Amino acid sequence: MSVLVTISSLVYLISAVCYVIGVHLMRSPKTARRGNGLSAVGMFIAVIMIVITLIVEGKITGIGWTVLILGLALGIWYGVTRARKVPMTDVPQLVSLFNAVGGGAAAVIGIFDYTVLANGSHLAVAFSLPVLLDVVIGGITFSGSLIATGKLSGHVSGKPISFPGARLINALVIIAILVSAWLMIGLPTNMWFVTLCLVASLIFGLLMTLPIGGADMPVVVSLLNAFTGLAVAFAGFVIDNQVLIIAGALVGAAGTILTLQMADAMNRSVANILAGGFGTGDSNDGGAADDTPVNVKETTADDIGLQLAYANNVMIVPGYGLAAAQAQHEVAELAKLLTDNGINVNYAIHPVAGRMPGHMNVLLADVNVPYDQMKQQEEANSMFENTDVSLVIGANDVTNPLAREKGNAISGMPILDVDKSKAVVVIKRSMSTGYAGVQNPLFSLDNTQMLFADAKKGLADIIVSTKEYINQ
Amino acid sequence: MSQELYSNLAIFVLSLLVGFEVMSKIPSTLQTPMMSGANAIHGVVVVGAFVIAAEANNWFFYCLAFLGAFFAAVNVAGGYTVTDRMLGMFNRPKKTTPKEDDEK
Repeated sequence: MSVLVTISSLVYLISAVCYVIGVHLMRSPKTARRGNGLSAVGMFIAVIMIVITLIVEGKITGIGWTVLILGLALGIWYGVTRARKVPMTDVPQLVSLFNAVGGGAAAVIGIFDYTVLANGSHLAVAFSLPVLLDVVIGGITFSGSLIATGKLSGHVSGKPISFPGARLINALVIIAILVSAWLMIGLPTNMWFVTLCLVASLIFGLLMTLPIGGADMPVVVSLLNAFTGLAVAFAGFVIDNQVLIIAGALVGAAGTILTLQMADAMNRSVANILAGGFGTGDSNDGGAADDTPVNVKETTADDIGLQLAYANNVMIVPGYGLAAAQAQHEVAELAKLLTDNGINVNYAIHPVAGRMPGHMNVLLADVNVPYDQMKQQEEANSMFENTDVSLVIGANDVTNPLAREKGNAISGMPILDVDKSKAVVVIKRSMSTGYAGVQNPLFSLDNTQMLFADAKKGLADIIVSTKEYINQ
Repeated sequence: MSQELYSNLAIFVLSLLVGFEVMSKIPSTLQTPMMSGANAIHGVVVVGAFVIAAEANNWFFYCLAFLGAFFAAVNVAGGYTVTDRMLGMFNRPKKTTPKEDDEK
């Protein structure tokens, strides 16, 4: 081992330790930010080390430096600008975009190293197999994550997309990937083999993601994130660099666990999600209401204002509809108005409220809702009995008491026991069912009233009327 | 099997196990930031972009090196910045000005 290799191996080891400890620290809210910072430090020293290595080795050409620095500068500028400016509601699609390019970069490395040797030479399986896995997984995550980004941001329909002959095309694409695998591993190198492999993998990524509904996208993004980790690890095999292997495998494994937990919190299985075609994506967005439950009591913003102004304990139950309507500012304003007048306000946050697990906490924190007002499911459920008014905003399935019974689509799903509070007010755009497609008996309970409105507009009206009653 | 491949494989398998172990149960509040944080970590692929740039010697390879560097830089820089922004919201001191800069 030369001195340089020894030093760089040790530095990469330190950087790998930073990632592991960083992820470990990110498991608790108190230390999470420090954990991310530590992992960034690990990343920084790894980059410094590779810069030093390149300078000392002196193999890289002037043009090499130029394209490298240009690419990095543009990438950093683009990534940081997007990350700084993104509204918190749009974070999921941005993470998915960052994941796509990570997979793309891994695939590029595999293609590069294969093409450098694409002169008809025979490759050892120990080299060609990691290249193959790198390109296949990297290609799938690149196109798949781009579709996921499109679905989350609305550029691609959130509805499951399928077309006649999809199965046949799927089968053909899988055969193409297998053929390219055989060509790349079994035959002397040829530029076209890796091209076929890349194109087939990109198409497979599209076909895999298109049939999945928009509401399942968070789990898909998390799964593709784990995939990218593996692609990066295989890229590490290709260029024989251990820090890529360690970090990639770490993300691959940790991402898999995270994916399972997310799917679990949404009461779905990963296999089910990948089979696709479930639900119509975005819930709460209009849709036909064919078998509307009877005895639904409609109310007005004025009446809700009166109830809130005279309540002691108010519980706000935010759901996907709130995030979709971007009404978090209004909800914070209403809560502040009530709190300032001595009314006790809390938020009951279901694990999967919002776009993805934990997303609602981020949205509310963004509009300065105090952390101690955000009650997680268990704590919230113990408070509903003493709650005068529960204000359900754009949430549906997570409040459905049917989950406590057997034999329906949401049986056993953890829910918020909103129906135990003294009065329930539901702000919702229509009577359409939630994502699970199950009617919600909560809406026809004696103590429930409905306000059919867009969350933003409805809340603005309620703020006006609440002010009037408080000032009387 | 070469010594090199064997040690890489051992590192890979053990790192997978560490990943499974270190993850255990995550409170749902932190699942989105955690995903974003893990996403930033695989931005380490940027090191690979340097390695291929050093080997590039014709226009096709320069293009690939540029693409790799650009993609990886977006992943790593954007990933850490957005994760830090998200986590910064959880323990922000009361009544700060809404505009806060996260230098990373």
